[in-house]
Amino acid sequence: MAFLHTAASSTTGPRSGLKSRSWTPYLLLAPGLIWLVTFFIFPILSLASTSTMVRPDGAQIGTYVQEFRLANYIDAFQANQEQYIRSFVYAGIATILALAIAYPLAYMIAFKSGKYRNILLVLVVAPFFTSFLLRTVAWTQILGDEGPIVQTLKLLPFVGDSMRLTSTPFAVVSGLTYNFLPFMTLPLYASLERIDPRTLEAAGDLYANGLTTFRKVTVPLSMPGVVAGTLLTFIPAAGDYVNAAILGSPSTKMIGNVIESRFFAVVDYPTAAALSFTLMATILILVTLYIRRSGTDELV
Amino acid sequence: MTTLDLPRPSFSHRTSRWISRNLIRIYAGLAFIYLFIPVAYTFVFSFNNSGKSNLVWQGFTLDNWRNPCGAPQVCTAVVNSLQIGLISTVLATILGTMIAFAIGRHKFKGRSTTNLLIFLPMATPEVVLGASLLAMFLNLRINPGFWTIVIAHVMFCISFVVVTVKARIASLDPKLEQAAMDLYANERETFRYVTLPLVMPGIAGAALLAFSLSFDDFIITNFNSGIESTFPKFVYVSAARGIPAQANVIGSAMFFIALIIVIVGQAASRRRSRK
Repeated sequence: MAFLHTAASSTTGPRSGLKSRSWTPYLLLAPGLIWLVTFFIFPILSLASTSTMVRPDGAQIGTYVQEFRLANYIDAFQANQEQYIRSFVYAGIATILALAIAYPLAYMIAFKSGKYRNILLVLVVAPFFTSFLLRTVAWTQILGDEGPIVQTLKLLPFVGDSMRLTSTPFAVVSGLTYNFLPFMTLPLYASLERIDPRTLEAAGDLYANGLTTFRKVTVPLSMPGVVAGTLLTFIPAAGDYVNAAILGSPSTKMIGNVIESRFFAVVDYPTAAALSFTLMATILILVTLYIRRSGTDELV
Repeated sequence: MTTLDLPRPSFSHRTSRWISRNLIRIYAGLAFIYLFIPVAYTFVFSFNNSGKSNLVWQGFTLDNWRNPCGAPQVCTAVVNSLQIGLISTVLATILGTMIAFAIGRHKFKGRSTTNLLIFLPMATPEVVLGASLLAMFLNLRINPGFWTIVIAHVMFCISFVVVTVKARIASLDPKLEQAAMDLYANERETFRYVTLPLVMPGIAGAALLAFSLSFDDFIITNFNSGIESTFPKFVYVSAARGIPAQANVIGSAMFFIALIIVIVGQAASRRRSRK
């Protein structure tokens, strides 16, 4: 927060001539950054503080005192290991599926759409103008026991009558894939669109066939989009609990569901805080490693 | 065409070549169908003569569209969401645009700290943002409600506004501002009559993005809303027993309104760039 101190001290400096410009940026930054410090940084610190609190013996539900009990983290993790790992597995599968759906789509819009490019871009985002929750609820109807997919599958000889799609891991992962698809498609499109078509022609002139050009030129040049897209899909998917709550069952609960129920149903704030903090730390570590590995540091 | 003397390829050869040449278009078409299936479902079921639970098709009616407030609590929730969305959008757009100008147009110490502070809220899962704000409000003995939702929404919208407006500022041609200065416009006039109008489409886009993020947010809102209702919260709460068809009406109406705004905006910017 060094810049805030600088901002405060530099306003007292001379207010005329060239030097006056030096405090303008701080005045522009101050209100927004103060908001972020107050309502993002402080809450995170508050969360860290809550995570080591303990409920005194015989105290009312929801009353906690600070005892710096780090063992809260171990207890919270051990009790919810399964949901914790499941969140990352589901988010990982959803990210890979979203990449598989979005890459060809983004490629088509960037290179093969001609004058329809803008319309197609609007169409990619348009489904997200209806509420996120309504679309997830719509999937419960589409995948539901009376829905078209289950009814069609049941016509097949090897599908039993008890076949279900909702309340399965399949439903939760497809919900996650669907809901975060534009976060994958738009960054991919942005990096593909920036590729100069002449580099692709050059590869062809050097006797690379279509596949080689794609593998050796297009894919490497689109890596910033792949990195941005996978992050923008993986991060919200790992913390999501709406899809698991609406499309899943108790056996598909993710870490977000646990945090929500610890906060509201159980009123166990320290465990909820410890789990949130662990989730955030894990994601930050994964993101840093991933960005290092893919060599696109300039992204951040 | 000089290929006339080549033998004509057989029909099946031509079909398979058409498919392989258009494979990616077919694939993209399927992807678009996948994207729009739930939207179509929401729209179709807004005409369902459903009574309370809207899970099974029971016949066509226009009643839900004639009386979107027919189901209890729907319109209170929508009005709340609209108010929260408007207030949050105005605040986040102003604060975010100021930061974007500072980053895009000025030199200052602490630039990388600023960038990190902008980036971190976007890289944090919503459930953590929501839980941490609630932890703070609880520790400060503040009861969550309307204004805590606004505070939360401004917080997570600022970063998206900064990124959008910054991109627009970075794409400006510096020669336009130099030209204004050459024509004896002072710094303030250059900003007022050249820079700001040029950045305006970016600011408008950022405001639209902020509004849609705010209107559609559920996770952070759920943590910091107390007993206050919003539209996504209403849908979540009633999802267990089936949401009323009026919610589908509101969702479909939002879809068409947003689509019209985006199409009009695109047409306007194309006309401007053609001039």
